[in-house]
Amino acid sequence: MANPLNERRVISVIVLNESSVLARVTSLFAGRGYNIESLTVAPIPNSSMSHITIATNGSPKVMEQITKQLHKLIPVYKVIEHEEMVEKEMVLVKFPIAENLSDIAALCGAYNGGIVNVGKEMVIAQVADEPLRVQHFIEAAQRYNPCEIVRGGVVAIER
Amino acid sequence: MQMSGAQMVCEAIIAEGVKTVFGYPGGAIMHVYDEIYKQNGFKHILNRHEQASVHAADGYARATGEVGVAMVTSGPGFTNAVTGLATAYMDSIPLVVISGQVPMSLIGTDGFQEIDAVGISRPCTKHNFLVRSLEELPRILKEAFYLARSGRPGPILVDIPKDITVDIGEFVYPDSVNIATYKPTYKGNQKQIEKAVEAIKTAKKPLLYIGGGVVLSNASEEVRALAEKTQIPVVETLMARGVMGAKNPLLLGMLGMHGNYASNMAMSETDLVISLGARFDDRVTGKLSEFAKYADIIHVDIDAANIGKLVDVDYPIVGDVTEVLEVMIPLLDGVNTDRYQAWREILKRYDALHPQSYVDSDEVIKPQWAIERIGELVGENAIITSDVGQHQMWAAQHYPFDRPRQWINSGGLGTMGFGFPAALGAKMAFPEKTVINITGDGSILMNMQELVTAAEYKIPVINLILNNQFLGMVRQWQTFFYEKRYSETDLTFQPNWKALAEACGGIGYDVTTKKEFDEAIKDAIAQDRVCFMNVMVNRFEDVLPMVPSGGALFNMMLPPKIENKETK
Ligand SMILES: Cc1ncc(C[n+]2csc(CCOP(=O)(O)OP(=O)(O)O)c2C)c(N)n1
Ligand SMILES: [Mg+2]
Repeated sequence: MANPLNERRVISVIVLNESSVLARVTSLFAGRGYNIESLTVAPIPNSSMSHITIATNGSPKVMEQITKQLHKLIPVYKVIEHEEMVEKEMVLVKFPIAENLSDIAALCGAYNGGIVNVGKEMVIAQVADEPLRVQHFIEAAQRYNPCEIVRGGVVAIER
Repeated sequence: MQMSGAQMVCEAIIAEGVKTVFGYPGGAIMHVYDEIYKQNGFKHILNRHEQASVHAADGYARATGEVGVAMVTSGPGFTNAVTGLATAYMDSIPLVVISGQVPMSLIGTDGFQEIDAVGISRPCTKHNFLVRSLEELPRILKEAFYLARSGRPGPILVDIPKDITVDIGEFVYPDSVNIATYKPTYKGNQKQIEKAVEAIKTAKKPLLYIGGGVVLSNASEEVRALAEKTQIPVVETLMARGVMGAKNPLLLGMLGMHGNYASNMAMSETDLVISLGARFDDRVTGKLSEFAKYADIIHVDIDAANIGKLVDVDYPIVGDVTEVLEVMIPLLDGVNTDRYQAWREILKRYDALHPQSYVDSDEVIKPQWAIERIGELVGENAIITSDVGQHQMWAAQHYPFDRPRQWINSGGLGTMGFGFPAALGAKMAFPEKTVINITGDGSILMNMQELVTAAEYKIPVINLILNNQFLGMVRQWQTFFYEKRYSETDLTFQPNWKALAEACGGIGYDVTTKKEFDEAIKDAIAQDRVCFMNVMVNRFEDVLPMVPSGGALFNMMLPPKIENKETK
């Protein structure tokens, strides 16, 4: 929906580490018509909880509903609507080995990354940066004929 | 104590004090049924369809305020129960539904009668569980009952693989529950309550807007006390009928799509809405931008997600209505009730201008007359359930409900077929009360197999069929909005109702006159058998007033005779 009020937001959802919890969260988004731009999930070390990071968008009213509805799910412990955060996303890109590798390495370097694997026909580069900068990196990488791009989805932590 | 998973299920039900369980057996749940056979801590009613089992448990829960329990097998048993879960979910009714599942080793293999029950029921339960080991079964059963009745109540599904019901293990039923992620808020914020009280004291045209949450919270006494103390007029939603009692002079009536004139005008002109356990459903608000346009809003709800969902709220109070009112009422000591006198006068005039009314007839029974007549004949002593359609709205408009939990209907989901099984549940809970299902010739057929259940167990509920030979509510919309193209709503092809009831072990009455009506109802009340009372009513009667869908509350279509009286 191209609503001018729609704002991109990142939400952290701390949940009990049980089998169906991710399904509960995603089906809530699907069922109530909320968008998911990206979603990452991993267990929180030394605890029985997991951390889900969701990048989404919606009007302030929708965002309020998203947070409240998430909070209503029984295994949800905490919902954090990030305001002041450090936000990072990772991307892996596969380039043909015939491309100019030093240019690629320099490009990755400019975005906090580098070449992490070299094979017979391909090299794999990795970049971890803010989502917008990851986007820029992907655009810049186009001229080196990337054959596969895998984005990781954002993780965020409140400052 | 060592016992099987199946025994644990029975022990938990007994420990929770449940007296009646409604259900239907099948392969995956057979071990549990084997234990049901051996125990005598609760009674089991075999409905003739799983949907009816869940509605019956639901009716039991609505009538008593306790958790209702239904039991079904895997696959089709579970899918038949889904409408029941969704019905209870939409009206926040505390249920525990136990479903059998294929053995753990078969899950995910498309085994016989395997279906992803937790997946299907996720959006229509408050929470659900797939039990994965015998060790967690006692805890899950305990949590299921706790979750069902605490906070904003709702249905909980416990899906149990067959092998877990066979396994033997140690049973200790926990006596408390501690879910780190689930802490409902019961106590309202003191500061917010104080601010709300100030708003009430300074308002000129305040209005109490009462929803089903008041029934769920058993807050009727407190609401009546608040109204009495402040002399603020009251409107009830469909789900709140009975909270104030029909005779209460402060009650304006029901608001919304089929609300009465005074109630809808009150909501349109009020300067302070005091919403208690109501959720601003679209059938209540009509066009949102015109709804309570001149009002500040106090919203008391146990579910924070309800607050600010549809309308902007000035005084949000998250908490249990009863607890919030216990704090609020004493703060209103010395409130100047005269402040609202002019407002009450205005509303009285609105009500005199267009009272809830209909044109009676001597030729044909009017459905509204039939409802008023039962009100006169059984009144307070009856529990009224209903199905969905015109008859439901007439019942809500015209029956003199006197107390909460006297009126049981599917408001949120609007499930045709709810009324009869719900009546069975209510009657099981209150055998001494007359239980009447006010139904339609369409709806009753959607769970008519329950005639057999009711006859077998001698559950004498009265099904009052207001027979207009139409899917009347849809017909009404076709009349108003589809130029009378009656697409697939004509029900002139009918069963022989009397014979149908008799074939299943019940009693049938065919009624066409008021005299026959009185005779039949008196006879039916005295009988100890279920009945169909087929009452032929005016075919083309409309439910009025009506706010066309999406219109503003103050734009009502009014009953014709009354409209003629209008001077403007
Ligand atoms: C299960 C289900 N299917 C369809 C509907 C849509 N619907 C709402 S009212 C109605 C007509 C009900 O007819 P009847 O029971 O005869 O009641 P009446 O309106 O005639 O009083 C229908 C089909 C519904 N609410 N529930
Ligand atoms: Mg009908």
